[in-house]
Amino acid sequence: MTKRIVIQAALIAALATGVASAQQILINAAGATFPYPMYSKWFDEYHKKFPNLAFNYQSIGSGGGIKQVTEGTVDFGASDGPMNDMQLKEFHDKHGFGILHFPTVMGADVPVYNVAGVSTDLTFTGDALAGIFLGKITKWNDPELMKANPGVKLPAADIVVVHRSDGSGTTYIWTDYLSKVSKEWETKAGRGTSVNWPVGLGGKGNEGVSGQVQQTPNSIGYVELIYAVQNKMKTGKVKNLAGAVVEASLASVTAAAASSKEMPDDFRVSITNAPGKDAYPISSFTWLLIPEKIADPTKNKAIKDFVKWMLADGQTMTSNLAYAPLPKAVVAKETKAIAKIQ
Amino acid sequence: MAATPTTVTTSAGPARPAQGYWQRLRGGDEAAYLITFMAAASILAITGLLVLELYANSSTSRGKFGWSFLITSTWDPVNDQFGALPFIYGTVVTSFLALLMGIPLGVGAAIFLAELAPPKISDGLTFLIELLAAVPSVIYGLLGVFVLIPILREIEPYLKAAFGWTPFFSGPFYGVSLFSAGVVLAVMIIPFIISISREVIMSVPGDQREAALALGATRWETTWDIVVPYAKKGIMGSIFLALARSLGETMAVTMVVGNDPKIKASLLAPGYSIAAVIANEFTEATGQLYTSALIELGLVLFALTIVINGMARLMIIGADKYKA
Repeated sequence: MTKRIVIQAALIAALATGVASAQQILINAAGATFPYPMYSKWFDEYHKKFPNLAFNYQSIGSGGGIKQVTEGTVDFGASDGPMNDMQLKEFHDKHGFGILHFPTVMGADVPVYNVAGVSTDLTFTGDALAGIFLGKITKWNDPELMKANPGVKLPAADIVVVHRSDGSGTTYIWTDYLSKVSKEWETKAGRGTSVNWPVGLGGKGNEGVSGQVQQTPNSIGYVELIYAVQNKMKTGKVKNLAGAVVEASLASVTAAAASSKEMPDDFRVSITNAPGKDAYPISSFTWLLIPEKIADPTKNKAIKDFVKWMLADGQTMTSNLAYAPLPKAVVAKETKAIAKIQ
Repeated sequence: MAATPTTVTTSAGPARPAQGYWQRLRGGDEAAYLITFMAAASILAITGLLVLELYANSSTSRGKFGWSFLITSTWDPVNDQFGALPFIYGTVVTSFLALLMGIPLGVGAAIFLAELAPPKISDGLTFLIELLAAVPSVIYGLLGVFVLIPILREIEPYLKAAFGWTPFFSGPFYGVSLFSAGVVLAVMIIPFIISISREVIMSVPGDQREAALALGATRWETTWDIVVPYAKKGIMGSIFLALARSLGETMAVTMVVGNDPKIKASLLAPGYSIAAVIANEFTEATGQLYTSALIELGLVLFALTIVINGMARLMIIGADKYKA
């Protein structure tokens, strides 16, 4: 009897030390859905490298990510749009310290369309896109569109506009671009994850918009570049600020970030309508939102190390998943900024 | 309903006072009373909590917009302007259309299956109908997008030719519309109406039918004048359940309704519903007022369900009195 108890006690002790030595660290994060495939790949690779470190990322949307990190229910958040000044203040008021933005990868929005009898790639100017989405350009043979597409026979059909019905970072990028190229758009609709659309039908998700466009004759919509690439969709080219007609690609998106005006120290920057000659104008960063102070020393180190790894090894994995990698200058600047996490 | 167990306790009164409380509890009556009472009370508690939560969390929006929330139609998250009218309109119109198509088909089918069809056919069909009720709404949404809308595109010119003179079938048709949502909802609610109505009609006592037949009524007269009125309450119940489902349906509606918060007379125009906008925008709602406005929409949907159900019940009571 006593022997049995001794053995049991020994077993329990062995188990306890075993658990203690493994010391599983779980880091919780939540936010944007757009970079989710990239993040889950990174978290998976990183977990393989450091088996005692696991990430739990919930892709609940950028708005949710900002809310949760502000509430303090997750270790860090992620968002497709930078936090605005009011949100930064709310975070600071609640915690007594600030929050840092770390760009991770880049994405872009592309126009997709379905025009009867047109098989060539169409070119859109900023004015044309703003006019169409404002409901001012209503026919496909509008002079603005004809001018940008010489030699293409555009029909005299009514344009059907399709936009996202769900709140989305994709919509933020699109409306941010329209706000930059059109004063009227900025005052009438503005930029946001959901806006008051002057015209159009709403489709749920990238698949909802592309489905609607494919089904509705003479329609135009916008989807995430990655979605368009994966589904081999026909996409429009866009004329950029420098006057060049650019097709959306990983290279032209990275070019947009590289040519963008000086990167501010907090990395909250919009790179839509970037000035570079090769820049695709409807591009954007997506960010990790990391609190300035992380009290738990193991988590603090783990998160810092992960960001360092993400900026080095992590960036080499982006192209496989059709995300555009960060330009070198941004990587260098971010690597320095890691020290700000305390 | 809670009165029944109480009467049992009091009717057994004379013997009881001598027994202790624990003995009565062990006897079973008290325990059964307590357990069923708790079950009934929990429903009330859940509903109460739901309303309380919706009310409390929508305070920012209620404070800012007041009652005008219900009658304005701007939905502008960028400038923090929120009005619920287009969503209320879309919810009511799509549900009304669904009932308009669903009730005659559903009740008709239930009568056929319960009274007129041979039992073998009736059982087989009923099994299929109950399967239909279990299909997830996203499947109905997909069927709407890939099957129904292409069909509607084909018949839309005929609809316009026939009813184009009314404002309800005017303007361009993009496939997604209030009308499409109404048809998808009708398909979704018909199984509920059929399945429950059939059960109710079958539970009408055979004496009723025999008496009517003995008095010389034809089979159809027996069914329509005796059996259906006898089962009326149950049939109405099935319709209320169907209505509740269509008012709250989210996924299938958002896939076919067009998601455009504007009020247009034409049923061929796109619209929006309360449940759909909550599902679409809640995850990305940044800012307190925006979230609060979406929660208030939930409160509005709750109130709307109560008002519509109440009105329908009053209508039935009124009709009964008128007949009497």
